[in-house]
Amino acid sequence: MHNETLKSMLVELVPLAVFEEGSEWPTIMIEPASWKSLALLLTTTPALQFDFLFCLTCVDWKTHLGMVFHITSTLHRHTVVVKAKLNRDHPEIDTVSDIWKTAEFHEREVYDLFGVKFLKHPDLRRLFLTDDYVGWPLRKDFEDAVNMIKL
Amino acid sequence: MFEEVGTTEQGDLIINVGPQHPSTHGVLHLIITLNGETIKNVEPHLGYIHRSIEKMCESLTYRQFIYVTSRMDYLSSHINNHGCALCVEKGLVVEIPPRAKVIRVLMDELTRLASHQLWWGAMAMDVGALTPFFHAFREREAINDIMEETCGARLTMNYMVPGGVMFDLHPNFQSKVKDFIALFKSKIDEYDELVTSNIIFKNRMKNIGYLSNENAVSFGCTGPTARGSGVSCDIRKLYPYEIYAQLDFREITETGGDCFSRYLVRLQEMRQSLYIIEQLIDNIPEGDFQAKTKAVIKLPKGEFYSRVETARGEFGVYIVSEGGMTPYRIKFRSPGFSNLSALNHMAKGHKIGDLVAIMGSLDLVIPDIDR
Amino acid sequence: MSVSDNKDPITIESQQTEPFPGDVHPTAGGGIVISKLDEVINWARSNSLWPLIFGTSCCAIEMMSTAAAKYDWSRFGFEVARATPRQADVIIIAGTIVNKMAPVLKRLYDQMADPKYVIAMGACATSGGPFFYNTYSVVKGADHIIPVDVYIAGCPPRPEALIHALITLQERIKSGATREQIKVEKF
Repeated sequence: MHNETLKSMLVELVPLAVFEEGSEWPTIMIEPASWKSLALLLTTTPALQFDFLFCLTCVDWKTHLGMVFHITSTLHRHTVVVKAKLNRDHPEIDTVSDIWKTAEFHEREVYDLFGVKFLKHPDLRRLFLTDDYVGWPLRKDFEDAVNMIKL
Repeated sequence: MFEEVGTTEQGDLIINVGPQHPSTHGVLHLIITLNGETIKNVEPHLGYIHRSIEKMCESLTYRQFIYVTSRMDYLSSHINNHGCALCVEKGLVVEIPPRAKVIRVLMDELTRLASHQLWWGAMAMDVGALTPFFHAFREREAINDIMEETCGARLTMNYMVPGGVMFDLHPNFQSKVKDFIALFKSKIDEYDELVTSNIIFKNRMKNIGYLSNENAVSFGCTGPTARGSGVSCDIRKLYPYEIYAQLDFREITETGGDCFSRYLVRLQEMRQSLYIIEQLIDNIPEGDFQAKTKAVIKLPKGEFYSRVETARGEFGVYIVSEGGMTPYRIKFRSPGFSNLSALNHMAKGHKIGDLVAIMGSLDLVIPDIDR
Repeated sequence: MSVSDNKDPITIESQQTEPFPGDVHPTAGGGIVISKLDEVINWARSNSLWPLIFGTSCCAIEMMSTAAAKYDWSRFGFEVARATPRQADVIIIAGTIVNKMAPVLKRLYDQMADPKYVIAMGACATSGGPFFYNTYSVVKGADHIIPVDVYIAGCPPRPEALIHALITLQERIKSGATREQIKVEKF
């Protein structure tokens, strides 16, 4: 589906969505609380059918954390990007591992590296680092004087 | 850190496989819950080769960070570098000269061939046949020699740069590649005779590790893992980059969904790669091999995503730039990470020997998963 | 075998007639010599070192290439690559060691039986390599964990470089200069 048609459909379905410009795909900015309902809408609407979540990541913007989800449809071949702003001190968002099974591992990785809590995740624990590791390495204010040798 | 191995209340046995194990293709730690010899649950533990690449790239410039991706999925190192170069070029909006495009595609397909050859040898070795390993490496050495003459290295060549390729082709490149094509055509038939039609191999691979079409999409699988279940997801066909849109090749899908289908997909992909190289080797255009870019690259503020088809699946590079000399955040979407999440689903109900066959058919490279 | 007070009749006899074969390492309390038997034992050990399959990342592929048909390492006696440390002599650390993997490496090294030797293959195992700066999880050199005998430079080193390192290790064993042998002689 063409980007413009997709955008108009999304505006109809999600009236509160704010669109961001400058990317090659339609980008929606939402509140973290409305992520789960939007995700269900994106997968179940026949004209959209976004069934393939191919990238789930987080960016540390120093004042807040931003979640980024890249989703595409294998049937209609269109892509959408969903972004959500999270509070830096208590970053929490709903899990989507029951909708897209790939999210289970991706969300564990984001929890491991950024500290974002995914509510109702079946098994939220660290993935790459040891279980007793302290700190969220990919945040911008992470300091590790012992291990990190600065150039 | 060392998980308790023992028995659960139902009498199931919990054992460790790895991290140091000959058939885990790297350092993968699996905690397997067994009932007798039947697998009830497989839990992968990752992180034994987590080299904090994404954090490291935040302090490297746009020309410097490309070398690190060679070491992530080291069997498709050219293709990884290609993906990074494409992402930076998207930000710079620079036009690549046609000679550079053709050289990039040639190197990509040679790398894909080398990666599938190693996979074939390792897969047969896991299942129990040791001889194909030596056959595979014999052909792989021919490709390594070609790469070494032009790029300077055998395994981790940092040959792709934003704007084109780093050096021009060696004068012997064309003749050596033509010799290799002539040699490999007979060898790939030999591979079929040796392994594919072997009754023992078929019994070990057929009806093992079934992954349905919907599950393949839901688990985020890409590459031959998903194409073996009928999902059409070849990036070279869906979102063509460089000159793939003008080339004549087929996307290989099988509908079986088991290990043998994934095996057949990769074997046929080897033939398609050979066909692509044949089409291009006599038609390399003359001209520049690198477009002019500034010495210090600064991407404009924004975010850029580019994807390429490696031997394992879709490799995505997501760069968030704040206008500086180094990226603000880089995320590498690695194909192995999503392919591995389907392992538990595929292995339930099988025996341990089948688990080895399933891991071989997934073609995992653990540093790609752990980054 | 150390000779401390010259009571052994064979030693006295050969000391008087011809120069002793092998190297001489002086210590307090008399001269220690490596006798003909030690030489034979060292020669036998060095020509049948069995490596442990321990490859973590890219260098493992060059190690596999060295094991394959073109740069065959079984010409030098490294034929049998064992998966279990209990039956291996030399551990070739091929790849980066990270903080999570370090206890595993130490455990594998402890499980190997004496005499054991260690080769650090590649830049990552030597010193952290390309992952030296700005990483929070990489051990900057495998010799922070276990003592290393031979270091190989390269990223990844060519198979010929690995074979050169294996031959260097063999020569060091024959001359009695590996950490293993110096450790034993200090008693």
